[in-house]
Amino acid sequence: MNDAVLMGAYVFLLALFLGVVLIGRVPSTLHTPLMSATNAISGIVILGGMTLMGQVDNAVLMALGFIAVAFGAANVVGGFAVTDRMLAMFKRRPDTGTGGEAES
Amino acid sequence: MFEDGRQAFIDICYLVSAFLLILSIRQLSSPSTARNGNLLAMIGMGLAIFATFFFEGVLDAIVWIVLAMIIGGGAGYVAAKRVQMTQMPQMVAVFNGLGGGTAALVSVGEFLNRDSVGGGEEVSILLGTLIGALTLTGSLVAFAKLQGLISGRPIVYANQQLYNAAIFAIIVVLGVAILALGEGTTDKSLMIVLFLLSLVIGVTLVLPIGGADMPVVIALLNAASGVGGVLTGFTLDNQALIVAGSLVGASGVFLSALMALAMNRSLTNIVFGAFGQLPAGGAGSAEAGGEALPVKATTAEDAAVMLAYANSVIIVPGYGLAVAQAQHAVRELADALQARGVNVRYAIHPVAGRMPGHMNVLLAEANVPYEDLYEMDRINDDFRNTDVVLVVGANDVVNPAASQDPGSPIYGMPVLRANEARNIVVLKRSMDPGFAGIENMLFHDPKTSMLFGDAKKSLNDLVAAVKNV
Repeated sequence: MNDAVLMGAYVFLLALFLGVVLIGRVPSTLHTPLMSATNAISGIVILGGMTLMGQVDNAVLMALGFIAVAFGAANVVGGFAVTDRMLAMFKRRPDTGTGGEAES
Repeated sequence: MFEDGRQAFIDICYLVSAFLLILSIRQLSSPSTARNGNLLAMIGMGLAIFATFFFEGVLDAIVWIVLAMIIGGGAGYVAAKRVQMTQMPQMVAVFNGLGGGTAALVSVGEFLNRDSVGGGEEVSILLGTLIGALTLTGSLVAFAKLQGLISGRPIVYANQQLYNAAIFAIIVVLGVAILALGEGTTDKSLMIVLFLLSLVIGVTLVLPIGGADMPVVIALLNAASGVGGVLTGFTLDNQALIVAGSLVGASGVFLSALMALAMNRSLTNIVFGAFGQLPAGGAGSAEAGGEALPVKATTAEDAAVMLAYANSVIIVPGYGLAVAQAQHAVRELADALQARGVNVRYAIHPVAGRMPGHMNVLLAEANVPYEDLYEMDRINDDFRNTDVVLVVGANDVVNPAASQDPGSPIYGMPVLRANEARNIVVLKRSMDPGFAGIENMLFHDPKTSMLFGDAKKSLNDLVAAVKNV
């Protein structure tokens, strides 16, 4: 096993552990936004599409990279946009209180 | 020297980006900081993408890369702005698929582009292709089922598991062959076959899974897209991908396990159990309760009096609420009751919606304050001290048989203990048994009043009646 793979394995292990701990703290109220946010994060593979397009010199592979980048961009942009839209809807009860709160 | 400096710049950007992504998940642990967290993730992602432009050769292809980003990103943005909150599971399924597709295409592209591939990298390329491709097509099937483009019922045929096993075996053999042959001319065609078969197995794996199990499937596919990212990270020796992919993988596995727990099923049973067998058992139990059991029907006026003079009310929303587009109506009722000083809370079962946390988003959209939404474990002990429970469009999640009747198909599933409340009001279209066809004794409980009709109309009637009390 070469150094890079070993290094990657350490990073993977630590990130996975961190992920489980952090995800466990997310309240169920936010599970849908969590899913769509992590979904957008998984679009980070777009980086691979970019480096692929930077390395190839034939049209077929270029097209492959093009589709990969377009897919990845849709995942990233759409995922973050929809997460933001959802999170903007989560509101506290207004501090001044609704009529009912004030009366009671 | 210049080359080293450039690589160092990219690496530092990736490091900061990974940090921001981790921080963003941390911020998602509270509704008050969550939006900020999403913003941090966007910045982290933007930074990683920006840095990658400085990767060797990438700037030469900048025109095509930016064009691809504009097309893909534009489509994603428009979809994200237009989608209805009830359609969120479909949307997440599609985005999952795109992420998986990206991972698969990058893996295939890397393989075809390289003259020589190291041992470790070859394995991650093959696995990345398999996981990414099956995530793509599996997600598309999940989307089609949720959107109603194909039947939500499990699609089963003879020897299905056998075919799946055979396809998987061929994929493994191809993978081993590619590894054994090393680099050569024939490898490349084998790789394409492996890619195509991986696309096929994604379809055949999800087809037999029923629509009701889609929340778990989406969470699993989410995990798979994360794993695809990790594998691509190994292939490209890119730590940012490994960190981001691990976070996604952890989240997907966590959520799918949570959903499976809430449905009292094992993940293996959901994925390989062909839910098709279950309805038979469900029909049996419905038949057992076929004798005319007493049902107490009520009117909006009577129910409104009961609600208005209660001290505490718990609303149990089910997906039927969203189907009837009645989220705003239920919030108006809660407002009217709160204006009278009634303590109103919502009890949310983990599988109340079509994906984890879905019902919370649907209610948030109707301006229900998130402090009023209680998860099952936090509110289950309070039912016995509650005057009225209002069940709207929910059925199995309040079925006492889950804890009382060992013969019931849902026995053992954690449910909301609505039957412990002093009074229960159920809004329901008719006495038809629900999707699973399981008899619900709660509807025949002497403490239960049934208010029949469309949920939205019933709620509007209740609002008007409460205001007249």
